[in-house]
Amino acid sequence: MSLAAIDWGFILTQSVTQAFDFNAVVYALAAIGLNIHFGYAGLLNFGQVGFVAMGAYGMGLSITLWQLNPFLAVVVGMIFAAIFALILGLPTLRLRSDYLAIVTIAAAEIVRLIARSTVMRPITRGAEGLNEFIGPFRDLSPFSPGQIYGIGPIEWRGSQFFAVVVGWILVALSLLLVAQLMRSPWGRVVKAIREDEDAARALGKNAYWYKLQALILGGVIGGLGGMVQALGNATVQPDFFVAPLTFFFWLVLILGGVGRVWAPVFGAVVYWFMITFIQNTGRQLVDEGLIPTSIMDTSQIDQIRFWIVGAALALLMVFRPQGFFGSREEMALDAR
Amino acid sequence: MTPVEQLADVAPEPGVSKPDPILVVDDVSRAFGGLKAVDVDHLEVQRGVITALIGPNGAGKTTFFNLLTGFDQPDSGTAVFDGEIASGKSSHELARKGMVRTFQLTKALTKLSVVENMKLGATHQRGEHFFAALVSPLWNAQERDIESRADALLERFKLDHMRDEYAGTMSGGQRKLLEMARSLMADPTLVMLDEPMAGVNPALTQSLLEHVKSLRHEGITVMFVEHDMDVVRDISDWVVVMAEGQIIAEGPPDTIGSNQQVIDAYLGSHHDSALDLDAGLLDEEKP
Repeated sequence: MSLAAIDWGFILTQSVTQAFDFNAVVYALAAIGLNIHFGYAGLLNFGQVGFVAMGAYGMGLSITLWQLNPFLAVVVGMIFAAIFALILGLPTLRLRSDYLAIVTIAAAEIVRLIARSTVMRPITRGAEGLNEFIGPFRDLSPFSPGQIYGIGPIEWRGSQFFAVVVGWILVALSLLLVAQLMRSPWGRVVKAIREDEDAARALGKNAYWYKLQALILGGVIGGLGGMVQALGNATVQPDFFVAPLTFFFWLVLILGGVGRVWAPVFGAVVYWFMITFIQNTGRQLVDEGLIPTSIMDTSQIDQIRFWIVGAALALLMVFRPQGFFGSREEMALDAR
Repeated sequence: MTPVEQLADVAPEPGVSKPDPILVVDDVSRAFGGLKAVDVDHLEVQRGVITALIGPNGAGKTTFFNLLTGFDQPDSGTAVFDGEIASGKSSHELARKGMVRTFQLTKALTKLSVVENMKLGATHQRGEHFFAALVSPLWNAQERDIESRADALLERFKLDHMRDEYAGTMSGGQRKLLEMARSLMADPTLVMLDEPMAGVNPALTQSLLEHVKSLRHEGITVMFVEHDMDVVRDISDWVVVMAEGQIIAEGPPDTIGSNQQVIDAYLGSHHDSALDLDAGLLDEEKP
């Protein structure tokens, strides 16, 4: 019963591994999408998980249902996310931004409920989810599923390492895309619409069309996140895509700093590091008897880690409301 | 004959036709519930001059502006801008055709730098298309061109020292200047200014006035809503008076104040004295 018994090496290895695992990639991609929506175009999307689900199902169904080749399956996943953006955006983007917010949160749940419904069972396999799509991707993978890959003590099994590598490549490409767009005149129009839609319209910019483009782009990048999830877990289950997940994406975005290219990725990595670090440390503290079970047992750590992350986020908002990368100067302009 | 001189022969009566109109409005109406906010039979705006739109509060000036610029659609009627039907067109389409407006409450894009605000104003930017935006060489040259135009305009409006600041850090008057300069980036033929002098300190008013006059000098048509009669008298070539949604009078600025219809509209009927424009319309009647 002493601090010395705690295996910090193990805790750190676990935390760093999780920080760069495919789950972090899923969060990063979803938050990059949200950053385009909210950070640059000013769109309030509270249903990003719906785009993630559309991407995952689009890719999965392409193989289980239509036997497409895996590359085409990815394209279909992106098209699914884009169609979802059109369904949400066409009727709501002419209205005030609140309407999009209301519609998105409901629409994301509708996607999940339809996917898990009994009626859809012949297509989506209901609550069981899609499981038979992974074969063609495994064939593409240069890593053998059973082998261990990694850098130093940070290791993945080959089956998941493929998702990790593909995922980080997608993150890199998405960041390049966002960086290029936001320094272009296109990005200028989108940011202008975020600031004042009427001003942009008075200068000849079709605000509606740009908002739709931004919604589609951010949604498709979120959809890529769904595909990485599918590759990593080798399954697409409807109940992965629950509504609260969207708010974890938001958390990741705000942690990093809204409207900064790198921020969502940084946020995702820090978030997964923190969650894993707190969980593993807590578990060892309980195991070693440093925290008596009368206060907390190991099964409660899963909940308590979210308390701690929540408290940390609250403190961040007090002392650094712009997030890690955001600009305080810009935040101050809002208060004027 | 200059556009201003052409106006000399135009009779000062509501709905009169002008020698060279850039904007022609026919039977435009807009009702909000039971209230008919705008009901204009006929109005022509002469090209190349400064036209003021005045009227008491609630006369429908801003609503009329919104209808003309596509920010609102009329219930009936047509507007023809530069030979093309303008009613039914959306605001961004009209802006691209050369009708650019500013707002009563300035709309500086606070989290963009001043120069980015300016560059936004340029129309027909290749890099504003999604896929072209991905390939910098397609728009780099145009961007440099736009930037040098923006810098020239910033210098002219004496905002060049703010170039790289956030627009949100500007004072109210500077924002008015920025908005006017930004609208020029769009190469407008008709600039619609909604209360350009509202909330601007007297020192800056003078410079804003000079800038408005310089627009006319460049051949740009200006139409503006204003309450300050000094301003109206100083810079406008023609005044259109609205009351209760209708055009009740038109004429040159120096005679409009003695128009009985205008006096009635501002002070209520049964007043027989000319309005003292210098003291402001609503002050007191002269003995």
